[in-house]
Amino acid sequence: MAENGRDNIILIEDLYYSRGQKRIFNGLDIAFQRGKITAVMGPSGTGKTTLLRLITGQLVPERGRILIDGQDITALQRNELYELRKRFGMLFQNGALLTDLSVFENVAFPLREHTKLPERLIKHIVLTKLHAVGLRGAAELVPSELSGGMARRVALARAMVMDPDILIYDEPFTGLDPISLGVVLRLIKRLNDSLGITSIVVSHDVEETSSIADESYLISEGQVVASGTPSELKTHGNAVVQQFLSGMADGPVPFHYPGRDYKDQLLDRD
Amino acid sequence: MNRLIQDLWYAFRNFLETFGAMQLFLLRILAYSPKTLLTRFRLIAHEIYAIGAMSLVIILICGLFVGMVLGLQGYDTLAQFGAEEGLGTAVALSLLKELGPVLTALLFAGRAGTALAAEIGLMRATDQLSAMELMAVDPIRRVVVPHFLGGVISLPLLTAIFNMVALFGAYIIGVSLMGVDSGAFWSQMRPYVEVADVMEGVVKSIVFGVAVSVLAVFEGYNAYPTAEGVSRATTRTVVISAIVVLILDFMITAILI
Ligand SMILES: Nc1ncnc2c1ncn2[C@@H]1O[C@H](COP(=O)(O)OP(=O)(O)O)[C@@H](O)[C@H]1O
Ligand SMILES: [Mg+2]
Repeated sequence: MAENGRDNIILIEDLYYSRGQKRIFNGLDIAFQRGKITAVMGPSGTGKTTLLRLITGQLVPERGRILIDGQDITALQRNELYELRKRFGMLFQNGALLTDLSVFENVAFPLREHTKLPERLIKHIVLTKLHAVGLRGAAELVPSELSGGMARRVALARAMVMDPDILIYDEPFTGLDPISLGVVLRLIKRLNDSLGITSIVVSHDVEETSSIADESYLISEGQVVASGTPSELKTHGNAVVQQFLSGMADGPVPFHYPGRDYKDQLLDRD
Repeated sequence: MNRLIQDLWYAFRNFLETFGAMQLFLLRILAYSPKTLLTRFRLIAHEIYAIGAMSLVIILICGLFVGMVLGLQGYDTLAQFGAEEGLGTAVALSLLKELGPVLTALLFAGRAGTALAAEIGLMRATDQLSAMELMAVDPIRRVVVPHFLGGVISLPLLTAIFNMVALFGAYIIGVSLMGVDSGAFWSQMRPYVEVADVMEGVVKSIVFGVAVSVLAVFEGYNAYPTAEGVSRATTRTVVISAIVVLILDFMITAILI
């Protein structure tokens, strides 16, 4: 499996996908290494969330292959896909906790649905996972009583409860205060290091993501424009990469949405 | 003119597509229903409780007033023929066969149907349904089917309650206010109200329950995942339910009469 020293757990080849008229991926190639933290960065609306939904089989690509441990998920039956998904844990952008269940029941949900474990064991597992994210004391709260950072940590505990080998994070840092952000950042790193979980972090927060990633991909206009370690990206020659990393308003990615000539429009000339 | 025909054609095709999709959705729900009934009855009981708690007050109030109106109107008409004794029978028949199932279904669509659509639509908009799929839990089986069955079971029960309260309303007006003989009010029903009349109402309320419930869960499940999408789903649920209930009512009546 290891070619030139890499051990890829997920391999995406020549991926094409469109939403209606809009082409989102245009021959995308990405490889995720086993046990590493890989960052996928790109401007909002490039299709980062869409990519995650393709990897987890919620969407089906028009063309291309998505191999997970050599198995092409686009060719799987529905029940095979559901079986495969038990290997994944995913942290959604806003947590996606089930609003009618308590924090405890949210974390217990996958266990109750997939196992017949005795109540005592469920309690033990759930409290262990909640303890790991620092929220054992919040077990009896309901999602509406949680702050954004807490909700995301509960969602993380839930994502871990079936002991997945791949954890996927969609924008884990967006909208968090600096303290919660630090907490989530350290949690991702610690889970990856201590449990050997493969982590995929999708984000547009360059600083935070770069600080924990082993490898980063930058996608734009449906393709990978740059990849490498965070420090390799910093010195990358591509102008799009530099604009994105340094956060300049205008550059190869234009500040202005395409439109008519400004002066013409003001003077109402056609 | 050409444009109009084209728009109408698109609207019609759109309608057929949605209608077809909804039927497939219903088939899928029905396929999962027996197993859910047997193994996940607690989820369904929870929904019945929630729907009942939501709808009971509105059903009681509306039932009472509908019954009192029927009492007044019925007495007024029957008195012209000197047939006031028949008030109980007249009210009972119109409630059982027609007004009970239809009015309850319309109230149910407005109260419980919209709530079902909004609840599931919000789960869609906040990624709860996707999160379930990713936890390898089928949201159709876990969320949609129990909500649907909760609705289907609740509506006939609510209809029965509506009928009883309405009959009581008519009794208050007819017997207490207008002086119809209490014994005659009840005893005349026995020869005239037949099992077939009761069955007509039961069939209607079951069919309406299936129709309104599937509409509500379909709209919620397929809501566009934004706040606006959810609000549109709830509005469509009431509007389409009202139309569908009245059309189905006509069809069932035509078949059974
Ligand atoms: N359910 C949907 N229906 C139609 N278009 C969508 C849907 N979800 C996302 N899109 C479009 O796909 C593009 C990529 O979206 P997304 O993957 O969410 O981007 P990102 O996560 O990188 O911000 C966006 O332009 C968005 O408008
Ligand atoms: Mg996104």
